[in-house]
Amino acid sequence: MELIIPLIIVFFIIFALIKKVKVFDAFLFGAKEGLYTVYTIAPTLVGLVAAVTMLSSSGVLDILAQLISPLAEKLGFPAEIVPVAVLRPISGGGSTALLVDILERFGPDSFVGRIVSVMAGATETTFYAVAVYFGSVGIKKIRHTLLCGLLADFTAVVFSVLTVRLFYS
Amino acid sequence: MMNYIWAGMIVLSFIAAIFTGNISELSSSVVTGASKAVELLISILGIICFWSGMMEVAKRSGLTDLLARMFSPVLRLLFPHIPKGSPAMKSMSLNISANLLGIGNAATPFGIEAMRELKRLHEDDDTASDDMVLFVVLNTASLQLIPTTVAAYRQSYGSNSPFDIMPAVWVTSLTALLIGVTAARTLSSLRIGKRDRKLKARAKAWN
Repeated sequence: MELIIPLIIVFFIIFALIKKVKVFDAFLFGAKEGLYTVYTIAPTLVGLVAAVTMLSSSGVLDILAQLISPLAEKLGFPAEIVPVAVLRPISGGGSTALLVDILERFGPDSFVGRIVSVMAGATETTFYAVAVYFGSVGIKKIRHTLLCGLLADFTAVVFSVLTVRLFYS
Repeated sequence: MMNYIWAGMIVLSFIAAIFTGNISELSSSVVTGASKAVELLISILGIICFWSGMMEVAKRSGLTDLLARMFSPVLRLLFPHIPKGSPAMKSMSLNISANLLGIGNAATPFGIEAMRELKRLHEDDDTASDDMVLFVVLNTASLQLIPTTVAAYRQSYGSNSPFDIMPAVWVTSLTALLIGVTAARTLSSLRIGKRDRKLKARAKAWN
């Protein structure tokens, strides 16, 4: 697994050398563009990460999880996965912290441990992706992007429970 | 949309903090949140610069064209209006191949490049085009062949087989992707339908 990334880099370089590309010149040109990219997404990221941190410190995420828990149990979802599912599209770091907490408390090969692993592997931080991609080109009206992204996330939550129940029990 | 979401998050956290009594946590979180963002930016700066550099190398060597050709049948189904072999198509195919390989940090610069090209093809200034919506939805539902990060966490907590979740991850992410894409295309076509009806009504009024 560790081989994949070095392999890709070496392949890029050797392929370019065969095609007689001035590889370091090309690299420097691209890296400078990357610097500009980070510069343009900085304000968006500062605003959103600050807002998400406020949201989680105010306790509103805990309240949300508590409200959903009874319904989740009725649908056959373990209540423990609800905070991860809620936080996953909003905060990559926050949901990772919750994931690690569950793996520690229940074990990675437990029913709940497997569900949160599948969920984390099959989803992306939707709000972050939306902010970065639209922020980088200055699009403000994102139309139904967030709705569709969250619908996909919800599908992933349902299917992580279903597949773990089907494949590993 | 983002205006309301962002404002909503801040107002909601203030109201919630009053009820939960977490006022002091809230006030310190403003500072920690903003500096956390800067830490995040610094930590991604090197990786984004590096992969943007690598992308330029791949671009100049013609590797991009090769990859674009491999993915074009699938992408053409999803984006029938984007010209074959265009820069937008190439960046999108590189973004998707990086996502598949699980190098999310490489996928981001490719994706941002794709968004710039999609914006060039779209005359409107601050409204997302159907193609932009679909492309970002593809990125929010990550299709990943090898979930390396999760496997690493699983291993560190003593899993017997950290990679055994892979089939479940594939089924789950593929289903989520299909639902996301279907929803995006359905909602886009509804809007076009509405616009067509409006245009027809206007034409009728003129006649």
